[in-house]
Amino acid sequence: MCLAIPARVVQINEQSLGLVELGGVVREASFMLLPDALVGDYVLLHAGYALQKVDEAEAEETLRLLAEMAEAGRAEA
Amino acid sequence: MVRYVQEFHDAAAARGLTAAIERITSRSVNLMEVCGTHTVAIFRHGIRQLLPPPLSMLSGPGCPVCVTTNADIDKAIALAEQPGVTLATFGDMMKVPGSYQSLQQVKADGSDVRVVYSPRDAVCMARDNPQRPVIFFAVGFETTVPTIAASLLEAEALGLKNFYLISVHKLIPPAMRALLEAGEVSIDGFICPGHVSVVIGSQPYKFIPQQYGVPCVITGFEPLDVLQGIEMLLRQIADGRAEVEIQYRRGVRPEGNPLARELVSRVFEETDAGWRGLGRIPSSGLKLRPEYKRFDAEETFAINPPPTKEHEGCLCGDILRGVKTPPDCPLFAGACTPESPVGPCMVSSEGTCAGWYQYGSR
Repeated sequence: MCLAIPARVVQINEQSLGLVELGGVVREASFMLLPDALVGDYVLLHAGYALQKVDEAEAEETLRLLAEMAEAGRAEA
Repeated sequence: MVRYVQEFHDAAAARGLTAAIERITSRSVNLMEVCGTHTVAIFRHGIRQLLPPPLSMLSGPGCPVCVTTNADIDKAIALAEQPGVTLATFGDMMKVPGSYQSLQQVKADGSDVRVVYSPRDAVCMARDNPQRPVIFFAVGFETTVPTIAASLLEAEALGLKNFYLISVHKLIPPAMRALLEAGEVSIDGFICPGHVSVVIGSQPYKFIPQQYGVPCVITGFEPLDVLQGIEMLLRQIADGRAEVEIQYRRGVRPEGNPLARELVSRVFEETDAGWRGLGRIPSSGLKLRPEYKRFDAEETFAINPPPTKEHEGCLCGDILRGVKTPPDCPLFAGACTPESPVGPCMVSSEGTCAGWYQYGSR
Protein backbone atom coordinates (compact mmCIF):
# COMPACT_ATOMS: atom_id res chain seq x y z
CA MET A 1 0.00 0.00 0.00
CA CYS A 2 2.97 2.31 0.41
CA LEU A 3 3.72 2.32 -3.29
CA ALA A 4 4.76 5.69 -4.68
CA ILE A 5 5.64 6.08 -8.33
CA PRO A 6 7.96 8.62 -10.00
CA ALA A 7 5.82 10.86 -12.21
CA ARG A 8 6.69 13.93 -14.28
CA VAL A 9 4.81 17.13 -13.49
CA VAL A 10 3.00 18.42 -16.60
CA GLN A 11 0.84 21.20 -15.19
CA ILE A 12 0.02 22.84 -11.84
CA ASN A 13 -2.84 25.27 -11.27
CA GLU A 14 -3.38 27.74 -8.45
CA GLN A 15 -5.58 25.32 -6.47
CA SER A 16 -2.62 22.96 -5.92
CA LEU A 17 -4.06 20.59 -8.49
CA GLY A 18 -2.32 19.54 -11.65
CA LEU A 19 -1.42 16.83 -14.09
CA VAL A 20 1.40 14.32 -13.96
CA GLU A 21 2.62 11.84 -16.56
CA LEU A 22 3.53 8.27 -15.63
CA GLY A 23 4.88 6.09 -18.43
CA GLY A 24 2.73 7.85 -21.03
CA VAL A 25 -0.42 8.10 -18.92
CA VAL A 26 -1.51 11.56 -17.77
CA ARG A 27 -3.57 11.86 -14.62
CA GLU A 28 -4.67 14.41 -12.05
CA ALA A 29 -2.61 14.93 -8.92
CA SER A 30 -2.74 17.17 -5.88
CA PHE A 31 0.31 19.24 -4.91
CA MET A 32 -1.08 20.23 -1.53
CA LEU A 33 1.73 18.31 0.22
CA LEU A 34 4.45 19.56 -2.15
CA PRO A 35 3.68 23.17 -3.05
CA ASP A 36 7.18 23.91 -4.38
CA ALA A 37 6.97 21.32 -7.18
CA LEU A 38 7.53 22.78 -10.66
CA VAL A 39 6.48 21.67 -14.11
CA GLY A 40 9.14 19.24 -15.39
CA ASP A 41 10.07 17.95 -11.92
CA TYR A 42 9.79 14.26 -11.17
CA VAL A 43 7.73 13.65 -8.03
CA LEU A 44 6.81 10.57 -6.02
CA LEU A 45 3.07 10.12 -6.45
CA HIS A 46 1.05 8.26 -3.81
CA ALA A 47 -2.76 7.97 -3.69
CA GLY A 48 -3.16 10.97 -5.98
CA TYR A 49 -0.78 13.26 -4.06
CA ALA A 50 2.77 14.33 -4.86
CA LEU A 51 4.73 13.47 -1.71
CA GLN A 52 8.29 14.51 -2.56
CA LYS A 53 10.49 15.62 -5.44
CA VAL A 54 12.86 13.02 -6.83
CA ASP A 55 16.32 14.42 -6.14
CA GLU A 56 18.05 14.14 -9.50
CA ALA A 57 21.59 14.68 -8.15
CA GLU A 58 21.12 11.96 -5.52
CA ALA A 59 19.66 9.61 -8.14
CA GLU A 60 22.72 10.21 -10.35
CA GLU A 61 25.06 9.55 -7.42
CA THR A 62 23.29 6.26 -6.59
CA LEU A 63 23.42 5.27 -10.27
CA ARG A 64 27.16 6.06 -10.35
CA LEU A 65 27.74 3.67 -7.42
CA LEU A 66 25.57 1.06 -9.11
CA ALA A 67 27.55 1.45 -12.34
CA GLU A 68 30.70 0.57 -10.36
CA MET A 69 28.86 -2.48 -9.06
CA ALA A 70 27.88 -3.35 -12.63
CA GLU A 71 31.56 -3.24 -13.67
CA ALA A 72 32.34 -5.63 -10.82
CA GLY A 73 29.33 -7.75 -11.85
CA ARG A 74 30.55 -8.03 -15.44
CA ALA A 75 33.97 -9.07 -14.17
CA GLU A 76 32.31 -11.82 -12.09
CA ALA A 77 30.20 -13.10 -15.00
CA MET B 1 11.09 3.85 -20.35
CA VAL B 2 9.88 5.01 -16.96
CA ARG B 3 12.55 7.26 -15.51
CA TYR B 4 14.00 6.34 -12.10
CA VAL B 5 12.62 2.80 -12.41
CA GLN B 6 14.35 0.84 -15.21
CA GLU B 7 17.81 2.20 -14.32
CA PHE B 8 17.48 0.34 -11.02
CA HIS B 9 16.91 -3.04 -12.70
CA ASP B 10 20.36 -3.58 -14.29
CA ALA B 11 21.42 -7.25 -14.18
CA ALA B 12 25.20 -6.62 -14.12
CA ALA B 13 24.85 -4.28 -11.12
CA ALA B 14 22.68 -6.91 -9.41
CA ARG B 15 25.46 -9.48 -9.97
CA GLY B 16 28.04 -7.06 -8.56
CA LEU B 17 25.93 -6.34 -5.49
CA THR B 18 25.17 -10.03 -4.94
CA ALA B 19 28.89 -10.82 -5.08
CA ALA B 20 29.58 -8.02 -2.57
CA ILE B 21 26.83 -9.40 -0.31
CA GLU B 22 28.34 -12.88 -0.49
CA ARG B 23 31.80 -11.54 0.38
CA ILE B 24 30.64 -9.79 3.56
CA THR B 25 28.19 -12.39 4.85
CA SER B 26 30.32 -14.31 7.30
CA ARG B 27 27.77 -15.51 9.82
CA SER B 28 24.06 -16.16 10.05
CA VAL B 29 22.16 -12.87 9.81
CA ASN B 30 18.44 -12.08 10.05
CA LEU B 31 17.30 -8.97 8.23
CA MET B 32 13.72 -7.82 8.56
CA GLU B 33 11.75 -5.74 6.09
CA VAL B 34 8.81 -4.02 7.76
CA CYS B 35 7.06 -2.78 4.63
CA GLY B 36 4.72 -4.87 2.52
CA THR B 37 5.92 -3.10 -0.62
CA HIS B 38 9.41 -4.43 0.17
CA THR B 39 8.00 -7.92 0.82
CA VAL B 40 6.48 -7.93 -2.66
CA ALA B 41 9.60 -6.42 -4.30
CA ILE B 42 11.82 -9.06 -2.70
CA PHE B 43 9.58 -11.88 -3.94
CA ARG B 44 8.85 -10.46 -7.36
CA HIS B 45 12.49 -9.91 -8.22
CA GLY B 46 13.64 -13.25 -6.84
CA ILE B 47 15.97 -11.55 -4.35
CA ARG B 48 15.70 -14.33 -1.74
CA GLN B 49 17.19 -16.79 -4.24
CA LEU B 50 20.16 -14.47 -4.89
CA LEU B 51 21.21 -14.27 -1.25
CA PRO B 52 23.73 -16.62 0.38
CA PRO B 53 22.15 -19.14 2.81
CA PRO B 54 23.41 -17.62 6.10
CA LEU B 55 21.35 -14.55 5.25
CA SER B 56 17.63 -14.79 6.14
CA MET B 57 15.00 -12.29 5.15
CA LEU B 58 12.14 -11.94 7.61
CA SER B 59 8.88 -10.17 6.81
CA GLY B 60 7.52 -7.95 9.55
CA PRO B 61 4.16 -6.31 10.15
CA GLY B 62 4.39 -3.93 7.22
CA CYS B 63 1.10 -4.13 5.42
CA PRO B 64 -1.60 -1.79 6.72
CA VAL B 65 -4.30 -4.10 5.37
CA CYS B 66 -2.85 -7.11 7.19
CA VAL B 67 -2.44 -5.44 10.57
CA THR B 68 -5.99 -4.05 10.63
CA THR B 69 -7.84 -6.02 13.30
CA ASN B 70 -11.06 -7.91 12.75
CA ALA B 71 -12.73 -5.50 15.20
CA ASP B 72 -11.87 -2.51 12.96
CA ILE B 73 -13.04 -4.31 9.81
CA ASP B 74 -16.28 -5.29 11.58
CA LYS B 75 -16.80 -1.62 12.46
CA ALA B 76 -16.35 -0.56 8.83
CA ILE B 77 -18.80 -3.25 7.75
CA ALA B 78 -21.35 -2.09 10.32
CA LEU B 79 -20.99 1.47 9.01
CA ALA B 80 -21.32 0.32 5.38
CA GLU B 81 -24.57 -1.39 6.33
CA GLN B 82 -26.15 1.84 7.58
CA PRO B 83 -28.99 2.74 5.23
CA GLY B 84 -28.29 5.49 2.71
CA VAL B 85 -24.52 5.75 3.21
CA THR B 86 -21.59 5.21 0.89
CA LEU B 87 -18.43 3.67 2.27
CA ALA B 88 -15.27 4.26 0.25
CA THR B 89 -11.89 2.65 0.77
CA PHE B 90 -8.71 1.48 -0.97
CA GLY B 91 -9.09 -1.63 -3.14
CA ASP B 92 -6.95 -3.85 -0.94
CA MET B 93 -9.47 -3.62 1.91
CA MET B 94 -12.39 -5.09 -0.03
CA LYS B 95 -11.63 -8.79 0.32
CA VAL B 96 -10.17 -8.78 3.83
CA PRO B 97 -12.33 -11.00 6.00
CA GLY B 98 -13.59 -9.46 9.22
CA SER B 99 -15.02 -11.74 11.90
CA TYR B 100 -17.93 -12.83 9.72
CA GLN B 101 -17.72 -11.22 6.29
CA SER B 102 -15.76 -8.84 4.07
CA LEU B 103 -16.66 -5.46 2.58
CA GLN B 104 -16.91 -7.21 -0.78
CA GLN B 105 -19.60 -9.50 0.62
CA VAL B 106 -21.64 -6.65 2.09
CA LYS B 107 -21.34 -4.84 -1.24
CA ALA B 108 -22.71 -7.93 -2.97
CA ASP B 109 -25.55 -7.88 -0.44
CA GLY B 110 -26.49 -4.37 -1.53
CA SER B 111 -24.44 -1.94 0.56
CA ASP B 112 -22.85 0.93 -1.36
CA VAL B 113 -19.12 0.22 -0.99
CA ARG B 114 -16.78 1.94 -3.44
CA VAL B 115 -13.11 1.50 -4.21
CA VAL B 116 -11.14 4.71 -4.66
CA TYR B 117 -7.58 5.34 -5.80
CA SER B 118 -7.21 8.51 -3.73
CA PRO B 119 -8.98 9.79 -0.62
CA ARG B 120 -9.66 12.92 -2.72
CA ASP B 121 -11.97 10.77 -4.85
CA ALA B 122 -14.08 10.14 -1.74
CA VAL B 123 -14.19 13.89 -1.01
CA CYS B 124 -15.35 14.52 -4.60
CA MET B 125 -18.00 11.81 -4.15
CA ALA B 126 -19.28 13.65 -1.05
CA ARG B 127 -19.20 17.00 -2.88
CA ASP B 128 -21.20 15.61 -5.81
CA ASN B 129 -23.78 13.84 -3.58
CA PRO B 130 -24.48 16.35 -0.79
CA GLN B 131 -27.49 14.39 0.49
CA ARG B 132 -25.51 11.19 0.98
CA PRO B 133 -23.06 10.57 3.81
CA VAL B 134 -19.72 9.35 2.41
CA ILE B 135 -17.52 7.51 4.90
CA PHE B 136 -13.86 6.93 4.04
CA PHE B 137 -12.37 3.83 5.70
CA ALA B 138 -8.87 5.22 6.18
CA VAL B 139 -6.10 2.66 6.49
CA GLY B 140 -2.44 3.29 5.96
CA PHE B 141 0.93 4.07 7.44
CA GLU B 142 2.75 7.40 7.53
CA THR B 143 2.99 7.42 3.70
CA THR B 144 -0.78 7.53 3.29
CA VAL B 145 -1.85 9.56 6.34
CA PRO B 146 -0.85 12.96 4.86
CA THR B 147 -3.04 12.29 1.81
CA ILE B 148 -5.96 11.64 4.13
CA ALA B 149 -5.26 14.70 6.27
CA ALA B 150 -5.05 16.81 3.10
CA SER B 151 -8.36 15.36 1.81
CA LEU B 152 -10.08 16.09 5.10
CA LEU B 153 -8.81 19.67 5.07
CA GLU B 154 -10.11 19.96 1.52
CA ALA B 155 -13.52 18.65 2.64
CA GLU B 156 -13.48 21.24 5.42
CA ALA B 157 -12.55 24.04 3.00
CA LEU B 158 -15.40 22.96 0.71
CA GLY B 159 -17.77 23.17 3.70
CA LEU B 160 -18.86 19.55 3.26
CA LYS B 161 -21.18 18.25 5.97
CA ASN B 162 -21.45 14.70 4.63
CA PHE B 163 -17.82 13.47 4.64
CA TYR B 164 -16.64 11.20 7.44
CA LEU B 165 -13.61 9.09 8.32
CA ILE B 166 -12.92 5.87 10.15
CA SER B 167 -9.27 6.30 11.07
CA VAL B 168 -7.39 3.05 11.62
CA HIS B 169 -4.00 4.51 10.71
CA LYS B 170 -0.90 2.91 12.14
CA LEU B 171 2.60 4.23 12.80
CA ILE B 172 5.63 2.12 11.93
CA PRO B 173 8.36 3.05 14.48
CA PRO B 174 6.24 2.05 17.53
CA ALA B 175 5.61 -1.35 15.90
CA MET B 176 9.36 -1.81 15.35
CA ARG B 177 9.91 -1.03 19.03
CA ALA B 178 7.21 -3.56 19.99
CA LEU B 179 8.93 -6.25 17.90
CA LEU B 180 12.31 -5.53 19.50
CA GLU B 181 10.80 -5.44 22.99
CA ALA B 182 9.00 -8.76 22.46
CA GLY B 183 12.36 -10.31 21.53
CA GLU B 184 10.68 -13.32 19.90
CA VAL B 185 12.84 -13.13 16.80
CA SER B 186 16.44 -12.09 16.58
CA ILE B 187 16.76 -9.15 14.20
CA ASP B 188 20.24 -8.10 13.08
CA GLY B 189 19.14 -5.28 10.81
CA PHE B 190 16.05 -3.46 9.56
CA ILE B 191 15.28 -2.59 5.95
CA CYS B 192 13.31 0.55 6.78
CA PRO B 193 10.38 1.55 4.59
CA GLY B 194 11.33 4.02 1.86
CA HIS B 195 8.01 5.72 1.33
CA VAL B 196 7.06 5.97 5.01
CA SER B 197 10.44 7.70 5.37
CA VAL B 198 9.72 10.11 2.52
CA VAL B 199 7.30 11.61 5.04
CA ILE B 200 8.94 10.99 8.44
CA GLY B 201 12.64 11.18 7.48
CA SER B 202 15.36 9.29 9.34
CA GLN B 203 15.06 10.74 12.87
CA PRO B 204 12.16 8.53 14.13
CA TYR B 205 14.27 5.35 13.68
CA LYS B 206 17.27 6.59 15.68
CA PHE B 207 16.18 4.84 18.89
CA ILE B 208 16.67 1.49 17.13
CA PRO B 209 20.48 1.67 16.77
CA GLN B 210 20.83 3.78 19.92
CA GLN B 211 18.76 1.66 22.32
CA TYR B 212 18.81 -1.76 20.67
CA GLY B 213 22.08 -1.67 18.70
CA VAL B 214 20.30 -2.73 15.52
CA PRO B 215 21.40 -1.17 12.19
CA CYS B 216 18.77 0.44 9.94
CA VAL B 217 18.89 1.31 6.23
CA ILE B 218 16.04 3.25 4.64
CA THR B 219 15.67 1.49 1.32
CA GLY B 220 13.93 2.02 -2.02
CA PHE B 221 11.81 -0.53 -3.86
CA GLU B 222 13.49 -1.34 -7.15
CA PRO B 223 15.58 -4.53 -7.14
CA LEU B 224 18.93 -2.71 -7.07
CA ASP B 225 17.70 -0.51 -4.23
CA VAL B 226 16.85 -3.58 -2.16
CA LEU B 227 20.18 -5.30 -2.91
CA GLN B 228 22.11 -2.13 -2.11
CA GLY B 229 20.11 -1.68 1.13
CA ILE B 230 21.00 -5.25 2.14
CA GLU B 231 24.66 -4.67 1.27
CA MET B 232 24.71 -1.47 3.39
CA LEU B 233 23.18 -3.31 6.36
CA LEU B 234 25.75 -6.10 6.08
CA ARG B 235 28.52 -3.52 5.90
CA GLN B 236 27.28 -1.90 9.13
CA ILE B 237 27.19 -5.34 10.79
CA ALA B 238 30.69 -6.22 9.53
CA ASP B 239 32.07 -2.85 10.76
CA GLY B 240 30.34 -3.21 14.14
CA ARG B 241 28.34 -0.02 13.48
CA ALA B 242 24.66 0.57 14.20
CA GLU B 243 23.13 3.68 12.67
CA VAL B 244 20.32 4.87 10.42
CA GLU B 245 21.54 5.17 6.83
CA ILE B 246 19.59 6.18 3.75
CA GLN B 247 20.00 4.10 0.60
CA TYR B 248 16.91 5.66 -1.06
CA ARG B 249 18.49 9.10 -1.25
CA ARG B 250 16.65 10.20 -4.39
CA GLY B 251 13.35 10.09 -2.45
CA VAL B 252 14.16 10.43 1.25
CA ARG B 253 15.55 13.57 2.90
CA PRO B 254 16.73 13.21 6.51
CA GLU B 255 14.01 15.68 7.55
CA GLY B 256 11.26 13.94 5.54
CA ASN B 257 8.39 16.14 4.34
CA PRO B 258 7.73 18.59 7.21
CA LEU B 259 4.64 20.12 5.57
CA ALA B 260 3.02 16.67 5.21
CA ARG B 261 3.69 16.00 8.90
CA GLU B 262 2.32 19.41 9.87
CA LEU B 263 -0.97 18.71 8.07
CA VAL B 264 -1.16 15.30 9.78
CA SER B 265 -0.70 16.78 13.23
CA ARG B 266 -3.22 19.53 12.50
CA VAL B 267 -5.90 16.88 11.96
CA PHE B 268 -4.79 13.82 13.95
CA GLU B 269 -3.31 13.02 17.35
CA GLU B 270 -1.58 9.86 18.52
CA THR B 271 -3.55 7.17 20.24
CA ASP B 272 -3.00 3.56 21.28
CA ALA B 273 -3.95 1.15 18.52
CA GLY B 274 -4.69 -2.54 18.16
CA TRP B 275 -2.54 -4.42 15.63
CA ARG B 276 -3.28 -7.89 14.36
CA GLY B 277 -0.56 -10.14 15.76
CA LEU B 278 1.07 -7.46 17.90
CA GLY B 279 -1.85 -6.51 20.12
CA ARG B 280 -2.27 -3.01 21.53
CA ILE B 281 0.75 -0.77 21.02
CA PRO B 282 0.97 2.58 22.84
CA SER B 283 0.88 5.70 20.63
CA SER B 284 0.92 3.65 17.43
CA GLY B 285 -2.32 4.91 15.91
CA LEU B 286 -3.92 8.20 14.96
CA LYS B 287 -7.35 9.57 15.82
CA LEU B 288 -9.03 12.80 14.79
CA ARG B 289 -8.35 15.76 17.07
CA PRO B 290 -11.37 17.03 19.05
CA GLU B 291 -11.80 19.99 16.68
CA TYR B 292 -12.29 17.54 13.79
CA LYS B 293 -14.64 15.19 15.65
CA ARG B 294 -17.54 16.11 13.37
CA PHE B 295 -15.75 14.16 10.63
CA ASP B 296 -15.54 11.03 12.82
CA ALA B 297 -17.91 8.36 11.47
CA GLU B 298 -17.99 6.50 14.78
CA GLU B 299 -19.13 9.65 16.61
CA THR B 300 -21.85 10.30 14.06
CA PHE B 301 -23.41 6.90 13.37
CA ALA B 302 -24.61 4.61 16.14
CA ILE B 303 -23.31 1.18 15.23
CA ASN B 304 -23.31 -2.05 17.11
CA PRO B 305 -20.89 -4.47 15.46
CA PRO B 306 -21.15 -8.14 16.49
CA PRO B 307 -18.59 -9.56 18.93
CA THR B 308 -15.33 -10.19 17.10
CA LYS B 309 -13.86 -13.62 16.55
CA GLU B 310 -10.57 -14.84 15.14
CA HIS B 311 -10.23 -17.36 12.32
CA GLU B 312 -9.38 -20.75 13.70
CA GLY B 313 -5.98 -22.09 12.72
CA CYS B 314 -4.92 -18.85 11.00
CA LEU B 315 -1.31 -17.91 11.82
CA CYS B 316 -1.38 -14.37 10.34
CA GLY B 317 -0.58 -12.93 13.77
CA ASP B 318 2.61 -14.99 14.14
CA ILE B 319 3.57 -14.33 10.51
CA LEU B 320 3.23 -10.57 11.03
CA ARG B 321 5.71 -10.79 13.91
CA GLY B 322 8.18 -12.80 11.82
CA VAL B 323 7.87 -15.71 14.27
CA LYS B 324 6.38 -18.09 11.68
CA THR B 325 6.56 -18.28 7.89
CA PRO B 326 3.52 -19.05 5.72
CA PRO B 327 4.42 -22.73 5.08
CA ASP B 328 4.23 -23.23 8.89
CA CYS B 329 0.49 -22.46 8.72
CA PRO B 330 -1.78 -25.50 8.34
CA LEU B 331 -4.19 -23.46 6.21
CA PHE B 332 -1.56 -22.11 3.78
CA ALA B 333 -2.20 -23.00 0.12
CA GLY B 334 -4.92 -25.47 1.19
CA ALA B 335 -7.87 -23.93 3.01
CA CYS B 336 -6.36 -20.46 2.51
CA THR B 337 -5.53 -19.26 -1.02
CA PRO B 338 -5.77 -15.86 -2.73
CA GLU B 339 -9.06 -16.99 -4.34
CA SER B 340 -10.51 -18.03 -1.00
CA PRO B 341 -8.50 -16.31 1.74
CA VAL B 342 -8.92 -16.99 5.44
CA GLY B 343 -6.43 -14.47 6.78
CA PRO B 344 -5.48 -10.97 5.62
CA CYS B 345 -1.87 -11.89 4.79
CA MET B 346 -3.26 -13.98 1.92
CA VAL B 347 -5.70 -11.29 0.75
CA SER B 348 -3.53 -8.24 0.52
CA SER B 349 -1.40 -7.97 -2.60
CA GLU B 350 1.39 -7.04 -0.18
CA GLY B 351 0.68 -9.79 2.31
CA THR B 352 3.48 -12.19 3.22
CA CYS B 353 1.32 -15.25 2.53
CA ALA B 354 0.22 -13.89 -0.86
CA GLY B 355 3.91 -13.32 -1.73
CA TRP B 356 4.92 -16.86 -0.73
CA TYR B 357 1.91 -18.28 -2.56
CA GLN B 358 2.59 -16.43 -5.78
CA TYR B 359 6.38 -16.47 -5.93
CA GLY B 360 7.67 -18.88 -3.30
CA SER B 361 7.85 -22.62 -2.95
CA ARG B 362 4.67 -24.26 -1.63
